[in-house]
Amino acid sequence: MKIVVGHLYPDYLNIYADRGNIAVLARRAAWRGHELDVRTVSVAEPVRPGEYDLLYVGGGQDREQALVAEDLAAKAEGVRAAVAAGAALLAVCGGYQLLGRSYRDFHGVDLPGIGLFPLETVAGETRMIGDVLLECELEPGVRRTLAGFENHAGRTRLDPGAEPLGRVVAGFGNDGESGWEGCRVGRAVGTYLHGPLLPRNPWFADWLLAQALAHRLGEPPELTPLGDDLEQQAHEVSARRAQTRGGRR
Amino acid sequence: MRVPVPLAAEIALARAAGRLSRLAGAGGGTTVPGKLLWKLDPGAVDRLAARLPLGSALISATNGKTTTAAMAAEILGGRLRLAHNSSGANLVSGVASTLLDARGAELGLFEVDEAAFPEVTERLQPRAVCLGNLFRDQLDRYGELEYIAARWRAAVGALAGDAVLAVNGDDPQVGELAHARPDAVVFGVDDPACARPSLQHAADSKYCVRCGTPYEYAAAYVGHLGDYRCPACGHRRPALAVAARGIELHGLDAVTFRLETPVGAREVRLNVPGLYNVYNALAAAALAGLLGAALDEIASGLERFSAAFGRFERIAVGDRRVLMLLIKNPAGANEAVRTIVDGGAPSLAVVALNDAIADGRDVSWIWDVDFEPLIGGLARLVATGDRAAELALRFKYGGLEAEAIEVIPSLERALDRGLELTPAGGELVLLPTYTAMLALRKIVAARGFVRPYWERAA
Ligand SMILES: [Zn+2]
Repeated sequence: MKIVVGHLYPDYLNIYADRGNIAVLARRAAWRGHELDVRTVSVAEPVRPGEYDLLYVGGGQDREQALVAEDLAAKAEGVRAAVAAGAALLAVCGGYQLLGRSYRDFHGVDLPGIGLFPLETVAGETRMIGDVLLECELEPGVRRTLAGFENHAGRTRLDPGAEPLGRVVAGFGNDGESGWEGCRVGRAVGTYLHGPLLPRNPWFADWLLAQALAHRLGEPPELTPLGDDLEQQAHEVSARRAQTRGGRR
Repeated sequence: MRVPVPLAAEIALARAAGRLSRLAGAGGGTTVPGKLLWKLDPGAVDRLAARLPLGSALISATNGKTTTAAMAAEILGGRLRLAHNSSGANLVSGVASTLLDARGAELGLFEVDEAAFPEVTERLQPRAVCLGNLFRDQLDRYGELEYIAARWRAAVGALAGDAVLAVNGDDPQVGELAHARPDAVVFGVDDPACARPSLQHAADSKYCVRCGTPYEYAAAYVGHLGDYRCPACGHRRPALAVAARGIELHGLDAVTFRLETPVGAREVRLNVPGLYNVYNALAAAALAGLLGAALDEIASGLERFSAAFGRFERIAVGDRRVLMLLIKNPAGANEAVRTIVDGGAPSLAVVALNDAIADGRDVSWIWDVDFEPLIGGLARLVATGDRAAELALRFKYGGLEAEAIEVIPSLERALDRGLELTPAGGELVLLPTYTAMLALRKIVAARGFVRPYWERAA
């Protein structure tokens, strides 16, 4: 089956090796006989709801982020409608911030977000940098870990009742205080974790692929298991890094 | 309250610490004396530097600063006694250590870490500065590129009025520094025949430094270095005073080009490969020219240059050879990969990824490296270092069969495995990150095949 991915601003938002995430999705889809069709959605190009099974927004430096923020406002309705209609979405770091309600930068200037995620971000004086380990429960009763790296000045506060991506086991997370990381709205996930995230967390790559397929099929399908020995090794090393030198709350 | 200690006593104490550290085998002790001196009295570095009769020259860049400084040393070293941090210790402490060791030196020639550049500039008050390029590198340590660029602008603005400046005009952020100093010497490559068809994936300064519009490139050479122009505001590469034209790449052996300067032109044969080394040669030539070297001195110095420590080294190990190229960020690693593939794509490579502070704790950069041209020819990859598994994934998802990948975190065992897979008389390609490079050289040195770098530097 063809899985259509809308990759937002790959020419601006690619700071933490976002193409690694795309490569993992493409290969893991192909190994199951699916084709990942990645379409660039850059400045002045609309997001047409229904066209994409998965939207991807990467991270950028402040300068690039400011360059796309204005354009993203014009895409807001399209992105929200796509997710409401069941498209999956992954937003990392800067993309995560821009998809919240607002981002106040270090100088106190407000950048409006698109309000997909119920959260606000305010830049702090110090950056939160280091390895992170999360515990997630995306399906009730199924607990799994995500290992990655974070590097952000933004402190992200979830609205009361908002669903985080996971609980911080080691590292800073959304704001270095709450103990939560990321945000989930249906099939849409935002997170500070890069590394990139998907190569060393194959279960989560597969979860996203299944959610993207669910946009077509109605239900997330069971995906054939793959030989993930290398992925598992990388996960364990990364998780250990977080436990020995991740940020402390 | 601090008890004032005479500079001479501080120096003696710091030197003794260096000897002790070397005796203890702690990796040459190249920064121990400087760190101690800096602790005793941060201002001592300033006073040591002020003793140099010809002052100091600084070289900074994300990529190529060690090689550029080594080339400049080759050009200037015949005529002048240099204090040169040739082993790559390029923070304030490394500069201090070099100054401590360099009795009787006339000119300080220092490569400087791009984040340390403002402080070193303030302390040393250099008479000449050469700035090469800014690429994304170790975001976990340096922060964003724009942050470094802003600090460079401030440091250049604070240079003494009679200080001279050379900048790479092919890098938009760096070339812009010449704007504030009209007497700056701008260097760059001008040979569209060796341009790349498009900007590389991880190109950084793609957007106009003045108005944010994407640049149009008449020619892109290395990463975002090239002949750029903003279609909106017209900001463009400044005119080149020192340029390389007529470039010819000769595989892994050499690169030849015509060095054109305001005082004439020379054909130069560099005995190191790759377009990126042409940039290093241009930077060294521009700086040496500012320091009074004649064109013939510059050309012959560049031709004598062989390789800077660990950047591109061929080491005989028994009846096999090791070809070692340092990789440390996407732009630099792309050039290493391209150079190797241009010299004949190998079927075997040992690639080493560490994540110590000096390598960058965030290893995501390997996903921005264009390893694909290398992957195309590989029959086997030995992935090694502390993050060997992560590196293996980069190659697996880049299209290499999982069966072709061996994960051996121990550098020594990975090296042995690589040598075992290399036929007698053959050459093993080794691509290590910084601390992996140091460790691999130590392993090879322990077997008696290469002298430790602190002996070479002495
Ligand atoms: Zn412009």
